[in-house]
Amino acid sequence: MISHPMPEFGSFCLLLALILTVYNFAVGGLALWGASPAGLRITGRPEAVWNRLGETARRAGIASFAALCCAAFALVWAAFTDDFSVEYIRAHSNIALNPAYKFAALWSGQEGSLLLWAWMLSAYGFVLRIRHRVDVRLTAFASVIMAAIQTFFLLLLTIAAPPFSIAPGPIAADGAGLNPLLQYPEMVIHPPMLYLGYVGFSVPFAFALGALMMRYPGEKWIHITRRWTMVTWLFLTCGIFMGAHWAYSVLGWGGYWGWDPVENASLMPWLTGTAFLHSVMMQEKRGMMKNWNVWLIFCTFMLTILGTLLTRSGAVSSVHAFAQSAIGAWFYTFICIVFAVCLFTFFLQRDHLKSENKLESLVSRESSFLFNNMILLAACFTVLWGTLFPVLSEYVQGSKVTVGAPFYNRVNIPIGLFLLFLTGIGPLLAWRSTSLRSIRRNFILPSIAMAVAAIALMIGGVRPWNDGDEMQSTLFSLVAFTLAAGVVTAISEEFLRGANVVRTQTGRNLLSSIVLLTRRNTRRYGGYIIHFGIVVMFIGIAGGAFNQSREMEMGYGDTLSIGPYRLVCQSITQDSKPEYDTDYALLDVYKYDKKVTQLAPEKRTYFAGTDHEQSSTIVALHSTAEADVYTVFEGKSPDTGRPIIKVFLNPLIAWIWIGVMIVVAGTFVALVPNLVRQPVRQRQEDLAPVSGPGLGAAGVLAKVPHV
Amino acid sequence: MFRRTQSRRAQFGGRPVFWARMVQSALLCVIAIAMLGAGRSPYERVGHELMCACGCSAVLLDCNHLGCPDRERMENELHAHLAAGESETAVLHWFAAKYGATVLAAPIRGGFDDVAWIVPIAVFLLATVGTFAVVWMWKRRALSLARASAGIAAGGGVGEFPEAGQAAPEEAAMRERIRRETEY
Repeated sequence: MISHPMPEFGSFCLLLALILTVYNFAVGGLALWGASPAGLRITGRPEAVWNRLGETARRAGIASFAALCCAAFALVWAAFTDDFSVEYIRAHSNIALNPAYKFAALWSGQEGSLLLWAWMLSAYGFVLRIRHRVDVRLTAFASVIMAAIQTFFLLLLTIAAPPFSIAPGPIAADGAGLNPLLQYPEMVIHPPMLYLGYVGFSVPFAFALGALMMRYPGEKWIHITRRWTMVTWLFLTCGIFMGAHWAYSVLGWGGYWGWDPVENASLMPWLTGTAFLHSVMMQEKRGMMKNWNVWLIFCTFMLTILGTLLTRSGAVSSVHAFAQSAIGAWFYTFICIVFAVCLFTFFLQRDHLKSENKLESLVSRESSFLFNNMILLAACFTVLWGTLFPVLSEYVQGSKVTVGAPFYNRVNIPIGLFLLFLTGIGPLLAWRSTSLRSIRRNFILPSIAMAVAAIALMIGGVRPWNDGDEMQSTLFSLVAFTLAAGVVTAISEEFLRGANVVRTQTGRNLLSSIVLLTRRNTRRYGGYIIHFGIVVMFIGIAGGAFNQSREMEMGYGDTLSIGPYRLVCQSITQDSKPEYDTDYALLDVYKYDKKVTQLAPEKRTYFAGTDHEQSSTIVALHSTAEADVYTVFEGKSPDTGRPIIKVFLNPLIAWIWIGVMIVVAGTFVALVPNLVRQPVRQRQEDLAPVSGPGLGAAGVLAKVPHV
Repeated sequence: MFRRTQSRRAQFGGRPVFWARMVQSALLCVIAIAMLGAGRSPYERVGHELMCACGCSAVLLDCNHLGCPDRERMENELHAHLAAGESETAVLHWFAAKYGATVLAAPIRGGFDDVAWIVPIAVFLLATVGTFAVVWMWKRRALSLARASAGIAAGGGVGEFPEAGQAAPEEAAMRERIRRETEY
């Protein structure tokens, strides 16, 4: 009998993790019940006994993280040591594979990515359980709920999708290799980022459900989970846009977002999560929207599971076909259970969720949050509807239809523009009610900026009425640029107004005042920076209305012109590497007769470790703030043998990636604690009695920032 | 230090030149956008409304995988139909009849396909109207509550009806901090 020590160790660790997690869930739940008034009355045992039992459950949860670390390590070890006795490694790796991608093999297939999910969940759970002193009882509830979620994934890993299955027959000499499309640096980072985002929403979900179950008083649970939610949202944002950048850089169709069901699956929880981050402020600040917030975080969590279901069940057709399997039934069951638990708990405890305040004015920060939520949820519904409509159509009409980019672009662009509009006006409205004077004062400059931008754009030639069939996209772009000008002015005005006050107080220069202002209130000004990043991203997206593309067969010395650019083919070359053969063209890029760069688009044909050849496009692009020149080696003409080169001119696309970086920076700012203002020691002369009215500075602590 | 500042000013030409450059850059950006705003041809428009029939889940004109068995044929068909002067809708319907409904990148055949378009718009409109209605109702309720409490106060009933939202001191302190953090 052949021994497989590492896979056996991995399987043992998974089983151990399952036992520990079930213990955490069952015993933790029992301890919570026992320590409740009803439990104490029925059992007659002292609370300390139940608390000790609860502590053992917490420690079991911590130990499950260690067990899952070992399981993940076993799989990575198997990948690095080319242990092709493990079926998963045989199917997703090969000897010649770059070590970085061997590590990425952990999440390149169904079983590995589920293990990654379970490991991340246990890591989040580990941090949560270690930090239990923040609120012992609430954390115990959250820990039990996290354990319940983890139990599902571990059952899946041990029964339906075991990552350590032994390949039947003799051990293969080499593996099938990793999908060439995944052999790209971003693919080493993008999936873990996305998973950190997906999995992370379990934490605020667990706290929200736990707080509801135990009728937790007040809004402290929101305060506890605020950083968790923001970090999770940041991971999801980075994951989504890294995926978009990967699609742009690798897939070679000139775009970054194809509205594929799997892309949609990542966008939906992002939209509801964003809505939650906004509306939760109303609960923190005014005790409003409690029902709404609880359901927003419930839905966000369920959408992360739905996304995984769509990715893996094959319910909808997707280009992400490498992860499809028959584990859909497990996810359907899990979603149904989660929904039932949420609904039951909500109805049981709904009297606990009464609003403490009512909305007082239509023109207020609260109503802008309501509309913001409405827009984000409408966008989420549109994406969900479009994703599931083919299934519905098949059920009703008996035939599937495709719901692709044209549908989403037409329906979502107006919604996105409305959101952009709210991004600008929301922060300018005051809580409770905004006076007419305040509206006039706050809106005059952004309105002027919008008018100037619209006129300048129209003078510059962005005239929808002249664009015939392209009128709609040009109009949307004009509106987007105009709104962007307004929102940027509004944000700048906010910073400048605050900085002027600081400058007057402290005598610092403007830049230093802005920095100090931001450090004093990181949450508010970090939020403005995030909004600014979103505006920059919108500008980049709006640039898509002016995309151009050309395709031609190119021989030595041939020229292709697109916009202000001219591409001259310098050579066509072939090369061989251990894993692939490559064809590439060298193209000199000129802008108005000045050479700006040389591009080398490639077509690779992978053969190492695979049963059949797989091709991959390596895009070459020249990126500037104004436009990207994006070249693709499409293949060779069967008639002439000359390369077919496709060139895209994508205006303003770099703004999207810059916008994401600003969003990331803004989120970091918002996560930093505020600078504590410390009172300085009073000077003797301040305390001395002063003559004359109105000069009573004595006894008042002069508060200046402590830097 | 002073000399360095002065030389920098000379290098960048001082404040007015800086602003002139900013305006110049902004105008250049506007002109660049305008120059890039060329419309797409009917071939490109229709080609982006169709999916490649090979099953790669890519839009016809974006399908670029090696050895695609369908793309070239479909592109030639598209060229031929547009050259024959057929309308874009007629061409799309021809493709749907030949390759099945899944060849259309969006459901446009009428009948149940229209539901795909109507539902999101209806939901969006209902949500907008609903949000307005909720805000209006809440506002009215807040006003009536305020009037009622004012009446109670006038009748000496203050203290008999404590506010729903009376918070513990710890919570009140947290609220105050959040107010400072989020207040305009």
